[in-house]
Amino acid sequence: MRKTGEGTLRLAVGVATFVALTLVWYVLTSATHFIPPVYFPTPAEVAEGFRQITVQGYADGRLDQHFLHSSKLVLMGFAAAVSIGVPLGLAMGWSRRAEALVNPVFLLIRPIPPLAWIPLAIVWLGLGDAAKVLVIWFAAFVPAVINSHAGVRSIEPHLIEAASSLGVRGPMLAREVLLPGALPLVFTGLRLSLQACWTTLVAGELIGAILGLGHVLYQAGLDLFPAMIVVGMAGVAVAGGLMTMALGWIERRAISWRVH
Amino acid sequence: MDRAPRDLVAGPLSARGRLGRPELLLLGVAGLVVFFGVWSLAAAVGAAPEQFLPPPWKVAEEFARLTREPFVGYTLQQHLLSSFTRFGMGFLLAVAIGVPLGLALGWFRWLDLIVSPLFDALRFVAPIAWVPFAALWFGTGIGGPVLVIFTGAFPPCVINTYRGARYVDNHLVEAARTLGAGHWQIITEVLLPASVPSIVAGLRVSAGLAWQSLVGAELIVASSGIGYLLVKGQASISTSIVMSGMIAIGLVGFAIDGLLQRLEARIHRRRGR
Repeated sequence: MRKTGEGTLRLAVGVATFVALTLVWYVLTSATHFIPPVYFPTPAEVAEGFRQITVQGYADGRLDQHFLHSSKLVLMGFAAAVSIGVPLGLAMGWSRRAEALVNPVFLLIRPIPPLAWIPLAIVWLGLGDAAKVLVIWFAAFVPAVINSHAGVRSIEPHLIEAASSLGVRGPMLAREVLLPGALPLVFTGLRLSLQACWTTLVAGELIGAILGLGHVLYQAGLDLFPAMIVVGMAGVAVAGGLMTMALGWIERRAISWRVH
Repeated sequence: MDRAPRDLVAGPLSARGRLGRPELLLLGVAGLVVFFGVWSLAAAVGAAPEQFLPPPWKVAEEFARLTREPFVGYTLQQHLLSSFTRFGMGFLLAVAIGVPLGLALGWFRWLDLIVSPLFDALRFVAPIAWVPFAALWFGTGIGGPVLVIFTGAFPPCVINTYRGARYVDNHLVEAARTLGAGHWQIITEVLLPASVPSIVAGLRVSAGLAWQSLVGAELIVASSGIGYLLVKGQASISTSIVMSGMIAIGLVGFAIDGLLQRLEARIHRRRGR
């Protein structure tokens, strides 16, 4: 629908905006000291902070180590949630009985936000990685179940009837009809849950960790080091953005029959 | 955003294999019995010390006790009240800035071009990642948590209002223009009323995220509130206090969502849909 002319215009204005904003940032901090450096860093300080964390390391690790550690935890929790949540959601969508059995328990647990599980996970598993993976698992589990459930419900009944009349049932029906039919909504759920995973991870690492992007933020907050806070926030944004892009790429492969 | 199922439950498959009311009820009760049964049994046989895994009735007792006796300075209700005040401030601030901004973005194309890329870039920063700056700028009393709640609640307000305003029937805008309406009049009298359903849908998402961000903010920086109660319960290794706090968080979150859902239903009814 959108013409290429509009796309180029958007890109040009976007780039111009970021350049202008960097200039304003420079003028407000470095040039005029309108914003004191204790509250917000100058561009030079951020560059120096970035250099420090990539070369010497900060908060017990270099940037790549923090980055990899956080990404690993998110991926572990996310993968575990998807491999349990999607089948459960599909089952709930297919079988009224499974839904009736699981739904009340689910309704009971669902209003509790994932972040509220962090203290419980710490009491049970301590401040290590296991507690974070558990909470991340939980953050991704609920949206994975809900959207897989809705995904099955959104399949045209004709498709299922046609498949059954051709004698397709059991695991084959699940693999060939239910899963592909539910995939578009399943991926919507996965995108939501990936965001929730990052939020949860950052909160978990801010509360207690020895490595990771949230730990960088925590240490920078303690040290009153605004430049490193900016570096940490940028790290969180880039890591989350990269994973969302990767998920989008998988989605396009997985539902290639759909017109985008 | 995760509201899809409720709307889709009445979808095409619903005619298939419909269960009778008694059977539904029975299965639901069976699910709950299994859940609480496994929990009670695990606690009763001492799978873990009671400090780590209290039976359900101990949690209920603790919940009742917290409403009477103060824990870390306040009773459960007082903690909830101070949390709710922060929530209300952050959420209202997000609505007061987000909705007008969304309308303006939906109407002025140049503003859309300038602000949208910034907005998209900032959206990748998880709200919780604002905690260090929130504490640095506004301290840990009210201001810090409110900023975190604001960053959680703000994006859905803007996005939904923007979508509503952007996809208003063009005929309405043209008609208003022909009748000589200015920018201000078109925004307030055409775009705003037409985007109300989309805005209210955004408010629900936004309130959910705000409540969740509040809990996160209070876990990290606060000296009162429900999240603080959780942290202190965790520090004294009392699972029953932590669980009581979680139940309270769930109940309030559920109530907030229920209220906004009723508001949404009422607006849809008024519009004859």
